[in-house]
Amino acid sequence: MNLYEYQGKQLFSRYNIPVPGGYVVDSIDKLKKFEHPVVVKSQILLGGRGKSGGIKFARKPEELVPAVKDLLGAKIRDYTVKQLLIEEMLDIKKEFYISIALNRTERKPVIITSPSGGVEIETVPDDKIFRKNLDPLLGYSAFLGKEASSFMGFDRDLSAQFSKILQQMYALFIEYDCELVEVNPLVLTGDGKLVAADSKVVVDNDSLFRHKDLNNEDPEKTPLEREANEKGYSFVELDGKIGVIANGAGLTMATLDALTLHNGKPRNFLDLGGTDSTEIVVNAFDLVLKAKPTAILVNIFGGVTKCDTVAAGIVEAKKTYNIKQPMVVRLSGVREDEGRKILTDNGIDAFSEMMKAIEKVVSYVKVN
Amino acid sequence: MGYIVDENTKVVVQGITGHQGSFHAGEMIKFGTKVVAGVSPGKKGTQHNGIPVFDSVMDAMSTGANATMISVPAPYVKDAAYEAIDAGIKLIYILTEHVPFHDTLEIFHQTNVRGIRLLGPNGPGVTRPGVCKIGIMPNQIFRKGDVAVASRSGTLTYEIVNAITQSGFGETTVIGLGGDPVVGMTFIDVLKLFYEDPETRRIVLVGEIGGNNEEKAARYIIEHGDKRKKVVAYITGRSAPKGKRMGHAGAIIERGVGTAESKIKAFTEAGVKVADYPDDVPGLLK
Repeated sequence: MNLYEYQGKQLFSRYNIPVPGGYVVDSIDKLKKFEHPVVVKSQILLGGRGKSGGIKFARKPEELVPAVKDLLGAKIRDYTVKQLLIEEMLDIKKEFYISIALNRTERKPVIITSPSGGVEIETVPDDKIFRKNLDPLLGYSAFLGKEASSFMGFDRDLSAQFSKILQQMYALFIEYDCELVEVNPLVLTGDGKLVAADSKVVVDNDSLFRHKDLNNEDPEKTPLEREANEKGYSFVELDGKIGVIANGAGLTMATLDALTLHNGKPRNFLDLGGTDSTEIVVNAFDLVLKAKPTAILVNIFGGVTKCDTVAAGIVEAKKTYNIKQPMVVRLSGVREDEGRKILTDNGIDAFSEMMKAIEKVVSYVKVN
Repeated sequence: MGYIVDENTKVVVQGITGHQGSFHAGEMIKFGTKVVAGVSPGKKGTQHNGIPVFDSVMDAMSTGANATMISVPAPYVKDAAYEAIDAGIKLIYILTEHVPFHDTLEIFHQTNVRGIRLLGPNGPGVTRPGVCKIGIMPNQIFRKGDVAVASRSGTLTYEIVNAITQSGFGETTVIGLGGDPVVGMTFIDVLKLFYEDPETRRIVLVGEIGGNNEEKAARYIIEHGDKRKKVVAYITGRSAPKGKRMGHAGAIIERGVGTAESKIKAFTEAGVKVADYPDDVPGLLK
């Protein structure tokens, strides 16, 4: 789960990581008195916010209201701005980069810092980047801050500030089950202070049971994807025509791949999971039908999920939703013969081989 | 335990009274697995599917247990794994999905320094046909043979193993590595075992988008591979959009890393044939 910039900064404050003074508004009435130049920042969970016009500056009192009016309710790449962070403008002397992320390959948190801040870290040359994998059993220790500061070329005072920030970021990374804690840029101000001018915090979705204070919607998810996730399905909307229901994430992906290789683009990813119930199947059809596919493919390898249960669910769904689209079903594995009999008795195409079912369903899309 | 599991593997099931743990412990016994104990606090002295139930893993060690299958809800997995580590278990298989990856990181490093093998989380288990099965793979798809399979998926593994068996081959070992971004053993770890195992003559790796463990495996094959053992791969997620999690927590292309193209290219460069469809795997093994 991605946190908004202001949420990340609230956490930073709690962890004693310096942030600029500021406040959040969702309407123009909530603006406070103008005391010093401010930055007005759209609170959206998409990257490239500045380039898309989501950030404005108010150097004089009369510039504040127009900036807020411009941004509140504005659409940035299909996403409506609902909240703004009004933040003290910093006297920027230099910009740095600092983050802690998961290194999947090493199975360790990795510290990444660079003297080239304020730009995407992917564009910074390797010799300007300090990377250090952290042994989770050792945890954070002061030497890490010294190593990073030495690479950054900091003097004693900056080194002390930087090390403290790094240590606190690591504490946040661990305690909030983060995938990423990133500050870009970390600003050196005219009076020699390091301040987090931005925040990017991503929390592991699987850890949210112990972080009940966090509950953001994922802006990248469509309403249908949200509905499906709430009902317990792994579901992704795609841009093709063939609705897909399969069991197991790997087999579902393999089904999408096979369709694509046959020039039959899938409309969605839907994993039934490993539950043996007709209801799960019927509800899955409800979701797929809402995506308005022109044909439907069901691909099941029966194990815990038995083929005859799935077949009964398909027959029930066909009646319940009066499904008109052509439908192709592939059943293999536990109780496949029983399952295919239920389907053919009800006039539904049933196959045992995956590739035959793929070819058949693609033929329907081509004809129509 | 060169095959990860063998005839000396004695399994304790943590979470045996749950629906999944209970059903699959029964299936494991039918497969021939020595399921020696179940653990469920407060159920000491009872029997489940004929398996004696204990309050703790420590108590269950009296049965000679040396491996555990963890099938408890995600919030309790770390504690269950730590309990198994503390009791002296040598192989931990975590079936549970949705374990916070920070918990897995800690479990992995604690097992790693102690020489304990960790598999999963979020995997279907490990099977050695004719000898032992830990996990939830369907019993009827296997036949003893010379193909070793390692996979990041569940159902897709059954699909491919079934195709291998149907085409006349059989398996030495089938290992589910798990679909999470952080898991215990990876492709390289099991490749070492497959190359050392005299019964394994062919190897199948089933990978998917996300991370770069397939690329690392390809490099390992180039540097340390035994050319007498044919390696075949299948990679899912060719059609997956970037930045979307495709069911598995680990199946996501992030910042350009983890694409199917990159993995297919790496395997191809290592002389590994990559199947376009799951059904094509057996043909490439010939």
